[in-house]
Parts: sequence; C-alpha cells; structure tokens
Amino acid sequence: MLEYLYFPHDISTFGPQIDWLFELIFWIVLVVWTAVMITMVVFMIRYRARPGRKAEYIEGNSRLEIIWTTATAAILIVLAFMSRSTWADIKEHGPPGQVFYAVTGKQFNWEFTYPGPDGKLGTKDDIIVENELHVPVNKVVRVDLTSKDVIHSFYIPNMRLRQDAVPGRIIHVWFEATETGQYEIPCSQLCGFGHSGMKGNLTVESQEDFDKWLKDLYANPPAPPSATEGASPK
Amino acid sequence: MSSTAAVAVHGAHAEPHAPGFWRTYIFSEDHKMIGKQFLFMALFMMAIGGLMAMLMRWELAWPETQVPGFHWVPEPFMYEGAIPPNTYNAMFTMHATIMIFFVVMPILVGCFGNFLIPLMIGARDMAFPKLNMLSFWTGAVAGVILLSSFFVTGGPAAAGWTSYAPLSAVPIYTGVDWGQNLWCISIIVLGASSLMGSINYITTIINMRTKGMYFFRLPLTIWSLFITAILLLLALPVLTTAIALLLFDRLGGTHFFLPAGGGEPLLWQHLFWFFGHPEVYIMILPAMGIASDVISTFSRKPIFGYRAMAYAMIAIAGLSWIVWGHHMFVSGMDPVLGSGFMITTMIIGVPSAIKTFNWLGTLYKGNIHYTTAMMNALAFVAMFVIGGLSGIWMACTPVDMYIHDTYFIVAHIHYVLFGGSLFGVFAGITYWYPKMFGRMMNERLGKIHFWITFVSFNCTFFPMHILGMAGHMRRIYNPQQYDFLKPIIPINEFISISAFVLGAAQFLLLANIIWSYFKGAKATENPWHANTLEWTTPSPPPHGNWPGTVPIVYRGPYEYSSPEVAEDYLPQSQLIEHHRDAADRRSR
Repeated sequence: MLEYLYFPHDISTFGPQIDWLFELIFWIVLVVWTAVMITMVVFMIRYRARPGRKAEYIEGNSRLEIIWTTATAAILIVLAFMSRSTWADIKEHGPPGQVFYAVTGKQFNWEFTYPGPDGKLGTKDDIIVENELHVPVNKVVRVDLTSKDVIHSFYIPNMRLRQDAVPGRIIHVWFEATETGQYEIPCSQLCGFGHSGMKGNLTVESQEDFDKWLKDLYANPPAPPSATEGASPK
Repeated sequence: MSSTAAVAVHGAHAEPHAPGFWRTYIFSEDHKMIGKQFLFMALFMMAIGGLMAMLMRWELAWPETQVPGFHWVPEPFMYEGAIPPNTYNAMFTMHATIMIFFVVMPILVGCFGNFLIPLMIGARDMAFPKLNMLSFWTGAVAGVILLSSFFVTGGPAAAGWTSYAPLSAVPIYTGVDWGQNLWCISIIVLGASSLMGSINYITTIINMRTKGMYFFRLPLTIWSLFITAILLLLALPVLTTAIALLLFDRLGGTHFFLPAGGGEPLLWQHLFWFFGHPEVYIMILPAMGIASDVISTFSRKPIFGYRAMAYAMIAIAGLSWIVWGHHMFVSGMDPVLGSGFMITTMIIGVPSAIKTFNWLGTLYKGNIHYTTAMMNALAFVAMFVIGGLSGIWMACTPVDMYIHDTYFIVAHIHYVLFGGSLFGVFAGITYWYPKMFGRMMNERLGKIHFWITFVSFNCTFFPMHILGMAGHMRRIYNPQQYDFLKPIIPINEFISISAFVLGAAQFLLLANIIWSYFKGAKATENPWHANTLEWTTPSPPPHGNWPGTVPIVYRGPYEYSSPEVAEDYLPQSQLIEHHRDAADRRSR
C-alpha cells in the first residue's frame, strides 16, 4: 500500500527532474507549515484568556513586515527560476526526435498514426491504430498532438507527461521511455460523457520487439476507424 | 460631504411609516434585510450543492452501484438509483457552479457586504437602496433559471463549471442542449446582479462614511469588501462577454470557439480565466477581512500591521489580473508565456504570506477568547495556509504538468474555498448573528459543529493530495476503470465516508441558526465588546440603523487593550478626554 502513496513509477528521462522539484517544494512547504503551525498553537495556548489579564497593546512591527516579505519573495522567486530551467528543457528545447507519430484525440478514443513502410508521416500508407501505442525503449518519441472534436488531454502518468490536445492546433510533445512495460494513457481533460474510461495502452518494448510488432502491423493493417465514429453521443 | 449624505438619508427615514409584510420581508430596500435574503438563498443553494457532492462521493467510492435512497429518481438521470456518466458530469458542473456563484459569493459578498457596509461605516443605508433590492431579485432569478435546467430534456449543463469550448459550444458533444443554454443565461443574469451590488458597495464606501471614518480607519472587512467590489466590477463583464460569445456559438451558428469555422478554443480559456482568477480572490478576500476582525476582537489586541494587511489585499487584487495563465500551462499556450505566468503566480504568494504572518502577530501576547467565531476564524487561517502552500506546486510549471487536472487541484481548491472561504463564512455568521437577528447563537452547538466540520473536512480533502500524486484525474466517473488507480480505492472510500460526515454536520449549523432565532438568549448591543460601529446600535438595528444620530468616529477599529482606557476595548465612536493628546503622543 505505502508505495502507492507516492507518484507512479517513473519511466521517463525528464521525470526525475519533475519529481525532484516536487520534493524540493515539499520540504520547503513542510518546514514553513510546521513553523507556522507550531507558532500558532504555541500562541493559542500561551495567550489564552485568563481573568484579570489584559492583552499587550501592539500595533505591528515594520521591521518584521520587511523581513517576512523579503524572505518569502526571495524563496518564491528562486523557485520560479529553478522551475523555469526545467520547464525550458522539457517544453522549449528537447532532444531531436527518433520516432515520429501523430496522435489524435476524439470522443472517446485515441487514434495513434504510425508512419507506413515509407517511414514518413502524412503519406498515404500511414496506419491508424486505436488506443494501442507501441514505442521503442530509450528512443526519443516525438508526437504531433491534435483533436478531432473537443479538447482532450494526453496523459501518461508514468512519464509525468501531460499535454492538452486542442482541435485546430497541432502541438508537439516528446518523451523518452527508459523502461519496457505496459502503461496507461488516460484522457485527463473532461471531454464528454465517455471521458471516464477513455484510455489508450502504451507498450514500451525493446527495438527488436518493436520492429517485429511494426512488421506485423504492416502485414495486417487494421481497418481505418469509421468516419462517423467520434462525435456521436447518444 | 459624507455627513450631509447621511443626514439626507436620515431625513428620508425619519418619517414614521410601517412598511407592510411585502415591503419588509420580500421587496425590502433595507440593506439588512437584503443581506439576510442573500444569506437564506445561499443556505438553500448550499443544501442542493452539497447533495450533489454527496452523490459524487458515493459514485467515486462505489462506482456504478445504486445509491441508497435514490431509487425514486426518474430515468435518464438515474437508473434505479445508479448514476450514469452524464448525470455525474452534470453533478460536478452544478456542484461547482452552485457553490461558487450561489453560495460563497452570495454569502460573503451579498450577505456580509449588504449587512455590514452601512453599519460598519456609519451610514443609514446603501447609496442606492432600490438598486440593492433589484440586485438581490436579479440574483434570485438567476438561481431559478439555473435550477430550472434540472428539468429540461438532456438535463443540466455537464461541461464543467469552467465550460471549456468546444465541449460546451456544441450540443452534441455533451448531449446537453437547453441545460447548457440555461447555465449561460443564468450566469449572465447573475453577472448583472453582481454588477449592481458592486457599484452600490463602491459608491457607498466612497461617499457615505460617517464623520471621521477615514479610509485607514475602516475595518478590514470593509477594506476587503471594497476591493472585492472593484474586482467584481471589472471581472464579471469579461465573463459575461465570454458567455455571450458561447451562447452565439450554441444558438446563432457563430464560430468564436470552434476551429471548424476559424474559431479558437483557447480564446475561451483566456477569457474565462481572466475573469476566473480575480474571481478566486473575490471568494477569499472577504473571508480574510472577516477573519481579521474576528481574530482581533477575540485576541483583544489590535490587528498586527493594519496598513500592511490593507496593502496586501490591494496587492493581491492587482496581481490577480496577471496570473490567469497558470490555469493553462498544459493547454497548448506558448511555454515561454507559461514561464511569465509562473513568476507572477509565485509573486502573488507574497501578500498572502504577509497576511498569514500578521494574523499570527495578532495572536502574540493577546488574551484569546475561544468563542465559536474565533475557532472558525483560526481554522480559516490554518486551512488557508495549507491551501496557499499547495498552490506553490501548481505555480511550478514542470510540476503542474504532472498534477494538473488531478485530485491535487481538487484538494487545493477545496482547502482555499471550503477551508478558507467557508470557515470564514462560519466565523462571520457566528460573529454577526447577534446583530442580524438579535439573539445569541448556541455556543455549545456551534463548537460541536466546528469540531466535526474541522476534522471531517481535513479527512475529506487532505487525502485528495495523495490521490492527485497517484495520478487520479479529476472529473472521472469511475476511477476503477484504470489499473494504475486500483490500489488507491480504499483512499477514495475513506474520503467518501468523511465527506458524508462533513455533509451531515452542516445540519448542525442549520439547526443552530433556526433554534437560536427562536430560543437564543437575547443579544445586547455589544455582546463581544467589539470596537466597530455596528456594535453601537441595538441588536437587531432599527430601520435607519441608529435610533439617534449616526456615530462619529475618533479612531481606528482595532483599539483593543489600549493603554488609554481601563477596559480592554475602545469603540471607534467613544469620545475620551485627552484622546487628541494620546494620538499626538503615539505619532511622535
């Protein structure tokens, strides 16, 4: 049970940076919270009303105001700049891609578009598979993310990755898995009555297994998803 | 200037007249009655919003099972008591809409704003009493429109209280047709009500303060309501505009938010959160003001750093206009812009911290009386600290990428809005009840309500941080559909049981309000030995607020345990000899 009281097991290259920031903030928050609560409780007990006593007339203290304002501002601004560099690493730069997919959200499935035998996306031989994403381990995967109808959110908890899929926009995301295994890709933005349960399966596998799977896919491509599916709530 | 206005109003009220039942209780122009009307409307809506929350908690702990006692609900809302997904979506949409727009805002702004502003600044009524009446009744119409959406085909709105387009903009995406339209219309009408209220508050506070009531002698409750009214005046029109565009998309065939016709889904989010973040502070600032007054009164000490407290609220209000993008870090907005919003969001933490430290400073060397109001106000501080600190994770863009749209966010907003605003509301109700209804509330019942609420609140919302860390998405109907969420099912069950206790405990508050109205001990003029002007008139105050002349103000609102007098309080309107000398001595 206890291991579940924390983040899901991380399998991405940038996950440790995010977890580190989370933990850094955790320790700052814990120290501040403990200090504030101890002070508060001590004051509450020590200065409880007693008959015949009068409170001390204190209107404030400018020096204290300046100290706690500056200290809070300093901590928060340093945190902001530390977060800024991690954010830039993940969202603005990122390594060059090695494997390329298009991912399209629709009510209530993920469409994963694999390049066909020509190895290029956006050509006629592309193959669309619903809800099954296979990626090779230790390869930088770059995804062109969009949506057919409403906003969905591409979320891989084990990767610490989340990006909204917005209709009318193509948003680039990348990730690199460091461990093989089976993981889930839930939709994390409310997208209609089928939002709950909208999920894809992520299979991270070795290059050989991935190549074998791709060969099978080329040999037996699934029927393209029907055009009427998607935006058809009952 | 302010005194002439007061005299003019006084003259109007001085004529003997006995308004009938309708003019006294229904179409009243008396700010005190309008405040009470807002209170009762909000308590009624709180019961409905709370019931939605209970049903949601049942669903999350025991998904797709029949809710005991709900077999009577007709299809398609429920199937023999089992909640279908669209009903679940409608429930969290309506829960949030009701709690935000029809509970927290009407109580904090509508009830306390109306009841307290004239009484605390020394005015006989609001600047525009008729507009005030219209404001309440417009709000009531908005409430009726919203509730009527439960009875239309397709059910009420189900696109979340944030109503993200395109989900909210095209009926087939949610399967909700007129429910969403009525949601839009209701919020537009409510926006009109809020505008009337805020114009009234601003005008009243600027023009109708009694003699000697300078801005820096205003109680912090009034400061908070003044700043809140300015935020309302500027923020609500943005929401109204956005919702009007949404209605055009739904009914008029426009494509403001629909990419198929060249529209932009993110435009909705920018407009919504440009309103939405000031809105967050609209819902917490008055609670901060109330907590400040209650804590100072029952610590028997001046509020620590009065001016710093006022300036901190002004800073929060100013900064609230440039942080909206922190709701959109993963929306597809330019990540560079995200960094800018991260920095502004971190900075808005500073004035919040200043307020917390000043509340602690107020307790220091005080003589603290643990009344129910004080306990709720202290709980407000403690819970606001947790809610504020958890905001740091969300402000940090890389961490937000993981916790966005999870229960971590749900935990945060409830620590701020329930732990913060509602404990502030409880503090305010118990503190001013004697003035409102002329009777004391039952302290013992109040304390039982406080303790059960405090414990069950934390048992309900604290574990949600852990759910969020485990990756539990918000707004999902059945967490058991996901393998990675299966291990945390017991936490969901624990939360739901705590939530039922929390919900049930609120009947104690209701019982106390009703019981005390009939059986409570008669309240004296100033039962708490407080300094502000509302305690210088009988409880409840008569029509026109003061039977004689309006009091004149000689000092700030927090002169508790002043060395100038033997008692531990010194009302704002009390004239003492040598007070001028004393003021000179202090300023030297």
